[in-house]
Amino acid sequence: MKKGHILGLGIIAIAIVIIVSMLGDASTYESFATAKEMKIKGEEKAIHVVGQLKKSEMGEVEGIEVNENKTSFYFMMVDNDGTEQRVFYNEPIPADFHRSEQVVVIGAYKSDEIFLADKILMKCPSKYQETEVSTAGM
Amino acid sequence: MINTFVGNLGHFATILAFVSAVVTAFSYYKYSVASELEKANWRNFSRILFYIHSAASVVIAISLFEIIYSHRFEYFYAYSHSSMALPVHYMISSFWEGQEGAFILWIFWNVVLGLVIIHTNKTWEAPVMVVFALVQAFLVSMIMGVVIGDLKIGSSPFILLRDALSSPIFQMNPDFIPADGTGLNPLLQNIWMVIHPPTLFLGYASTLVPFAFLMAGLATKKYSEWIRPALPWAIFSAMILGMGIIMGAYWAYVTLNFGGYWNWDPVENAVYVPWLIMVAGIHTMITFKKSSTALKTSIVLVIASFILVLYATFLVRSGVLGDSSVHSFTDLGLSGQLLIYMLFFLAAAIFLSFRAWKHIPTSEKEASVYSREFWIFIGATTLGLMAFQVILPTSIPVWNALVESFGGISNMAPPADQVGFYTKFQLWFAVVLALLTAVGQFFWWNKIDGKTLKETLVTPYIISVLISAVIIVWGKVYDVSYIIVVLAGSFTIVANATILAKLLKKSTFKLAGGSLAHIGLGMILIGVMFSSGYSEVISYNLSGLTYSNSFEDEINKEHVLLWINKPTQIKDYTAIYRGRQKKVVGVPGLVDAKLLKKAEGVNQAIVLEDIVIDGKTYHREGEFVQIVLEENDYYKIDYYKEDQFAFSLSPMAQYNTTMGLISSPDSRRFLNKDLYTFVSVVNDFDDPEWREDEVFEVAPGETFYVSDMVTKFESADVVKELDGMQLMDGDVAVKAKLIVQDYDVEKVLEPIFIIRNNQVGRVPVIENELGVKVELTNIVPEENKFIFTVNRNQKDYVVLKAIVKPQINILWAGTIIMLIGFCVAIYRRYDEFSKMRDKGLE
Repeated sequence: MKKGHILGLGIIAIAIVIIVSMLGDASTYESFATAKEMKIKGEEKAIHVVGQLKKSEMGEVEGIEVNENKTSFYFMMVDNDGTEQRVFYNEPIPADFHRSEQVVVIGAYKSDEIFLADKILMKCPSKYQETEVSTAGM
Repeated sequence: MINTFVGNLGHFATILAFVSAVVTAFSYYKYSVASELEKANWRNFSRILFYIHSAASVVIAISLFEIIYSHRFEYFYAYSHSSMALPVHYMISSFWEGQEGAFILWIFWNVVLGLVIIHTNKTWEAPVMVVFALVQAFLVSMIMGVVIGDLKIGSSPFILLRDALSSPIFQMNPDFIPADGTGLNPLLQNIWMVIHPPTLFLGYASTLVPFAFLMAGLATKKYSEWIRPALPWAIFSAMILGMGIIMGAYWAYVTLNFGGYWNWDPVENAVYVPWLIMVAGIHTMITFKKSSTALKTSIVLVIASFILVLYATFLVRSGVLGDSSVHSFTDLGLSGQLLIYMLFFLAAAIFLSFRAWKHIPTSEKEASVYSREFWIFIGATTLGLMAFQVILPTSIPVWNALVESFGGISNMAPPADQVGFYTKFQLWFAVVLALLTAVGQFFWWNKIDGKTLKETLVTPYIISVLISAVIIVWGKVYDVSYIIVVLAGSFTIVANATILAKLLKKSTFKLAGGSLAHIGLGMILIGVMFSSGYSEVISYNLSGLTYSNSFEDEINKEHVLLWINKPTQIKDYTAIYRGRQKKVVGVPGLVDAKLLKKAEGVNQAIVLEDIVIDGKTYHREGEFVQIVLEENDYYKIDYYKEDQFAFSLSPMAQYNTTMGLISSPDSRRFLNKDLYTFVSVVNDFDDPEWREDEVFEVAPGETFYVSDMVTKFESADVVKELDGMQLMDGDVAVKAKLIVQDYDVEKVLEPIFIIRNNQVGRVPVIENELGVKVELTNIVPEENKFIFTVNRNQKDYVVLKAIVKPQINILWAGTIIMLIGFCVAIYRRYDEFSKMRDKGLE
């Protein structure tokens, strides 16, 4: 075999390792129900769940509990299938958290009751969608 | 009155720029195929067209800047990206905050590069400029804003607000102009954001130059001659892109609060990947110049770097990234256009390469293991694999979109721990690269076999092992993989420094580019290893609170709550939060916010107490001062070490109605580390929740407790005049003086009690920092007792995170050395090219 061929095979082998590792490490979008199944099966991988904050009938966000030293908090989230779940996040509460339209939590079940979020992505009402113009200058 | 002239001018210039770009492309094509007699005419005609295109492009930029600079909020762009309060240098950032402005910047740089090409090349001008003009036509079409039926071509920055938004106000009054814009994203209100985007876009634009030379070479059958003029530009491009990446990383480090300089965010990856490929391309092009191998590889790499820049633009600006990036742009409906742009040039490049493929000279002889070509090829391959490893997962949203467009369902998400995921590959690839540069440089400058290689490498190897040993012991590096990184890093530094010393002794500095850049790589590797691998959060919560919940105890709290004036232990330091500060125009440093009171005008405040810094009085009580961005608060935190005051840091935060709390770090720079701090939660003064009344009955001289603070009732006096209130004859005003002791700070509170016409008036004191409201409710003269009503609220506080980043200065120094290396290489290669051109051997 020529040196070039060995080299080529080596490159292909590394490329395959890269692809396999990407597929292995890529997270997935789940619902709380499937995430819980994964936990029961013993899969510890962090997954994404998309949903919203739990709101009362009046439209007020409910279920946010900030810990006494303000460095972590709990909240209630409803995923896209309608499952409610208590989530713990070990970071201070973002200032506009209660205003978010959509929340993506990345993490896994810590116990049967608590979903532990490693990271939270929020989608807030964007200023690009703003249709109300301030009329102060009239 | 609505000014439509500027917008119309800008829009007209856009159309003119587009038409002139298309005609320039055609004209330069005619020039390149014209007979010798007609060439001069076509050349002049083409150049005039390109000058018109250049002028039109400049007019586009000026028009847009005029709209922002003159606060023309009748235009959507000014309304949504700027505001009255913005200083001029941030208006420049507003210019490219929006996508349209960013495209204009790109167009502008291409014009500059095109003009340079026209005046530095002879035979290459025509075919290269065809490619340039075509690219310009595509770019200008992005901001055209022309609607034909359902087809929308480009998004114009010159549309009026009333056309962009359907607000009812415009039906009542079509000429309505808002008084102020919605402002610039506060994260972009940073000096690095003024210079980072132009650098990055110059980098984007410059990848076109080697690509255009390559296309020109393939089209005119100069299959290998394109390398010489393209090489200095390829190095230039890699240098500028590299600089843009570093600036972006530095901006993230000083402005964002994710706690570092690199987050493997798709937007960062999108620039990193073309840069890697461009660097690989430079190496194979240099190899080709030396030994006529690797031409085909060079062609593939140059095409890939240009297409990857377009792909990066597509990823970031099409909205396909969606949730997966914090700073992806909103979709302006340009994704289709961007896709066509990318696919057009990809198809053209593939077509031209295929046509030329069998004519491209290749070297039949197998590269020997002891040849430099072999090692450079391995290096280029490693760079290519690094790029592949990054671009593949970054494109996960694209894979999902592809699967879904064929009716499938894909729920793949980016890796949850991006930093860990990318680092585990990139770190080892970088180690391989470092070793390759060390060995490769020896092959490069000496023809050697296995025996002499061993002999020459032994000394640098021993020296670098010794240096590594010192670093490992001194820096306490006990992790095996980090030890390998240190070894590889110091090996490449020592080996390349050896070569550098030899080169400088024997010949000129001109040849030193390669070794300098590689020394930079070694330093970056060591700097990254220390500053990221040994980055340590020191703000662990040591408040001693226990939780009933068991699992929470296992998780480290990485933030610490600091109440005002209360000393709190943070590892080796004692930190004390001292209150808010503001930046005032003309005053060095920061001014305590309590010395200022907001005034009527934008960014205006009244001075409540003289502002004195280092014995010099800057402003007197009652004067008006200008605040630099009034919404920014700086939270002053004093650090003590062994009871000695060490330093203060003032991380910034502002509450933004659309984006929540924007927080920027402040770092204490030491030679061997940074102490990096930012606030993650701040108190909201605007909406206090006062607790129920607490009533105290005290006589002067007595002490009592207000909100757990020792408070001395010093005195109560009848006063004749009051600040800000007119006293009439017969009025009786009593001012009580309370001294509140909060840790080491004494505060004087003076509530007032007034009797006028048998009516009682009370002026309570609200002390926001201490979170108390004190009212002198009544006086019982018979008993000499005074009745105070106290309401409590939360004291002021911040939640802080503090991280130590060791040896980060090695990283910054490494990047600077690498950039200098690139500059030296550009000078050398351009010098070569211009000498050959002047000999007529272009």
